[in-house]
Amino acid sequence: MPEMPVLRVTSLKKTYRTPDGERHTIIDIPTFELAEGRQVALRGSSGSGKTTFLHMLAGILRPDSGSIEIDGVDITAAPESRRDQIRADAIGYIYQTFNLLQGYTALENVRLAMMFGHGVDDARARGLLERVGLADRLRYRPRALSVGQQQRVAVARALANRPRIVLADEPTGNLDHRHAAEALRLIRDICLEFGAALLLVSHDRAVLEQFEDVRELSEINRAASDAKIAS
Amino acid sequence: MSVTPHKPGVDARWGVRAWLTMVPRSLRQHAVSTSITVLAVALACGLVMSVFTIQRQAHDAFIGGPVGFDAVLGARGSKLQLVLNSVFHLETSPGNIPWTLYEEIRKTPGVKAAIPMAVGDNYRGFRIVGVTPQMFDIELAQGVKLKPETGRLFDPTLREAVVGSFAAQRTGLRVGAFFNPSHGVSEGGETHEEQYKVVGILAPTNTPNDRAIWIPIEGVYRMAGHELRGSGERYVARPGQAIPDEDKEVSAVLLKLAAPQFGAGLDQMVNKQGNRATLAWPIATVIADLFSKMGWVTRILELVAYLVVLVSAAAIMAGIYNTINERRREFAILRALGARRSIVFGAIVLESGAIAAIGALLGFAVYFAIVASAAVVIRDQTGVVLDIWQWHNALALTPVGMTLAGAIVGIVPAVKAYSTDVAGNLAPQT
Repeated sequence: MPEMPVLRVTSLKKTYRTPDGERHTIIDIPTFELAEGRQVALRGSSGSGKTTFLHMLAGILRPDSGSIEIDGVDITAAPESRRDQIRADAIGYIYQTFNLLQGYTALENVRLAMMFGHGVDDARARGLLERVGLADRLRYRPRALSVGQQQRVAVARALANRPRIVLADEPTGNLDHRHAAEALRLIRDICLEFGAALLLVSHDRAVLEQFEDVRELSEINRAASDAKIAS
Repeated sequence: MSVTPHKPGVDARWGVRAWLTMVPRSLRQHAVSTSITVLAVALACGLVMSVFTIQRQAHDAFIGGPVGFDAVLGARGSKLQLVLNSVFHLETSPGNIPWTLYEEIRKTPGVKAAIPMAVGDNYRGFRIVGVTPQMFDIELAQGVKLKPETGRLFDPTLREAVVGSFAAQRTGLRVGAFFNPSHGVSEGGETHEEQYKVVGILAPTNTPNDRAIWIPIEGVYRMAGHELRGSGERYVARPGQAIPDEDKEVSAVLLKLAAPQFGAGLDQMVNKQGNRATLAWPIATVIADLFSKMGWVTRILELVAYLVVLVSAAAIMAGIYNTINERRREFAILRALGARRSIVFGAIVLESGAIAAIGALLGFAVYFAIVASAAVVIRDQTGVVLDIWQWHNALALTPVGMTLAGAIVGIVPAVKAYSTDVAGNLAPQT
């Protein structure tokens, strides 16, 4: 029996209107799949639609057409409230700028994410922060943490609701070389440990070299390859 | 599987917990603007509650207070002035009526008691009222009489006085003390040579009577410089010589009727057929007319109070609305974490309502401060005592209404938060 993909993208298209009034296609992906527990890196340069793609996968942006299935559920056909629920329950998101809530402690950032998912599991929240090496920083607010520590909180928060897939958008972009390597190792290890698939996008060669499965965004996104040809 | 829909109620339960986490945190994060807005709301609520309760209590105290009499007979003129002067010990006397008229009215069928009173002097601004000892037999309210708390009642043949509790407290007069009355019903008049001895301090009645100093009516007649014109001719009392009744005059006669229906007959006799005097009956109606005429003042005060509430509600809205722009990223992050729009919307509405509710609760402190201060002033000026603990529906409706108004005005910034562009606001802020 073939392995059920945790993520399946079919005929996905996204355009936006330019200041000139013309429609510009940013995403045109005929098909893309990610199997359960797999870790894939997408290489893409700035402006290639990496973030737009991830936002659509997370249900934050709606595509113009096509479908995105998370564990077999087409989120493009789902109403917004259902997409919100799927995002909370099944998708972890790690941002380049971490996007932590500044008014909340490390522990509260993780706990709040749980409230929108399956509910707060305090032991799990603490366990995750201990796992990323922040056992002694639970009550620290983001501003009191180093950049590397903030990224670790973001990693713990992304895993808060036992996601089926973790999306990472240039997760090491704000870290120095040493911390970037550590953070990447942590993200990969923790996803393996918790059984979450990982889709990471980056243009950093040092990051991409760590992955066995690296794909060019321009190869799966016809809009990016067209732009490349045009340029 | 992780993407199966949640069981009914799960989202709602955690949504409420999310609100309980987010709202207090946001209030703390914006502590300065929150505090200022809360203060504005507290002042508004305190003011509204005070306006309504003081108005009601003043109305009740003046109209339904333990007056003890049904009508007042006095000189031809204003009924209101007559009541204010004789019952509330305010205003000047509209003039005098002859003692013979008092005798006449006392003997009229249906008049259960008639107490003559004469005014015209004061001690340190507290009015000296000359009455007969029968005044102290009158029951002002159920079980309430003017009775000494210390000492005894005056002997009507001597220069003795009993002092109302409030007047005693303010003037420092004690049993055994002596004082010289001054001419006029307010402070500053010429001091009389006659010296009165305090023989009793009255128990508090929480009526204007607590502000009066009571002496025998004969004492007023015999005060140096007082002239009597009961017969129409000038008469000055001489020591050791009885004053003929036809020369005596009184400022007013307080009447207690055997039954209310006798009032109409007296009213017909005195006000409609006669031209020598005025009968103020019923006393409560005379005062109610005053409140009715002054109703526009109350309505303006109420209008001002409502406007203050409106302004404070607008302050809540403006305060939160101004923070929405700086909080757009926070909303975007919450939405990216899976918070529904309704969670973000509800958090803002609750935050707005919470500011109003906290302000409304603090409004009770403002209310008690205002009412307590007003009670002191009103007691000083009129002797009427307000009960700051008395219930008024405004004490419930104002905080509830303010909280609802706060939540309603929160809808405007909540809509702004609700429509936050998630993808656009997750981008790095430079």
